[in-house]
Amino acid sequence: MSNILTIFIGMALINNFVLVKFLGLCPFFGVSKKLSNAASMGLAVTLVMFLASAVTWPITHYILAPLEAEFMSTVTYILVIATLVQIMELFIMRTNYGLYSAFGIYLALITTNCAVLGVTLVNARESFNFIESLASALGAGAGFALVLIIMSGIRERLDTSNLPKSMKGLPVAFLTAALLGLAFSGFSGMV
Amino acid sequence: MGKWFKEFIKGLVLSNPIFVLALGLCPALAVTNSLDNALGMSAAVIFVLLCSNVLVALIRTWVASIVRIPVFIVIIATFVTMVSLTFEAYMPVLYESLGIYLPLIVVNCIILGRAEAFASRNRLSLSVADALGMGLGFTLAIVIIAVIRETLGSGSLSLFEHVLFSFPVLEQQPVSLFLLPAGAFLVIGLLLAAFRRVGLIKNE
Repeated sequence: MSNILTIFIGMALINNFVLVKFLGLCPFFGVSKKLSNAASMGLAVTLVMFLASAVTWPITHYILAPLEAEFMSTVTYILVIATLVQIMELFIMRTNYGLYSAFGIYLALITTNCAVLGVTLVNARESFNFIESLASALGAGAGFALVLIIMSGIRERLDTSNLPKSMKGLPVAFLTAALLGLAFSGFSGMV
Repeated sequence: MGKWFKEFIKGLVLSNPIFVLALGLCPALAVTNSLDNALGMSAAVIFVLLCSNVLVALIRTWVASIVRIPVFIVIIATFVTMVSLTFEAYMPVLYESLGIYLPLIVVNCIILGRAEAFASRNRLSLSVADALGMGLGFTLAIVIIAVIRETLGSGSLSLFEHVLFSFPVLEQQPVSLFLLPAGAFLVIGLLLAAFRRVGLIKNE
């Protein structure tokens, strides 16, 4: 049990996907302008990461490994993720239209979010078992959502502040991320 | 020829993938802790970008538009697998230090973005120009970032175990912040602001 918790904390805070591993930066800078959008995006990514890990684990261990076709894992994972996102989009559209419109186009964009492919690759590299993979997916998703929400809160304030013209927008977002990254490096000795 | 050159040159400065379009940021930040890693990553990205642009431009009239994105992704993933097997066989040290960022080229937005926005709509020769220009623009950007980070973070700059130059004072007291993830954000943010200040890139 403590092992599962270690993986969760490790993925969420110590090896935070956005600030330490630089994964999922496109949505991090693109979708962090408003708090409500950031929360939906964080939730959607966590959900896709969880499902992708749950589906790719049996594929890796029961199909690719017996066939010694591990070199196919990147191609397989990306196809699994793309299919999963498509199915999820249809499912949410049919069952809960309110949630579907809350997610907007972000759900479709998740296919090319490197954080999702990243978590499946990390699971394979660390040879996590099934439960550990799920814990690492949830941790990575939680860490992504946390940083996205913090960032959007800061950016909402930055919008109204008086900045030099050349700093506005992306440059100051990068500098904010640098400060957040420094703060998160304080977690590095935790486990 | 003029048009070919125009498509080639635009990727270098005017629509530089990293600094202007802000695409493909993940590798730009992750592998720029050393010049070797940055060059290795650039070589891989140029190869994949060129091959996928060529193939997409060749098959563009046969692919139905509904399935084009999955088709492009499979094409890109195939070339990425080829690169990563090649690196693993011939450059194991580089392969190890690039880690998961090598397979992650599959989801690098530059490559899918160019396949979708350019190669699927233009003829072969222009697609080659576009791929080379975008690839070199990417290289230019991440080499600048890597040179700054490695020099300040370790006090010297080396290229494949060959020291180019070093600062004795910095070597004793390197600013290790620049090798940390936070340093990557800092350098790219300040560079972006500086480029805007001198007018190389337009303000938002």
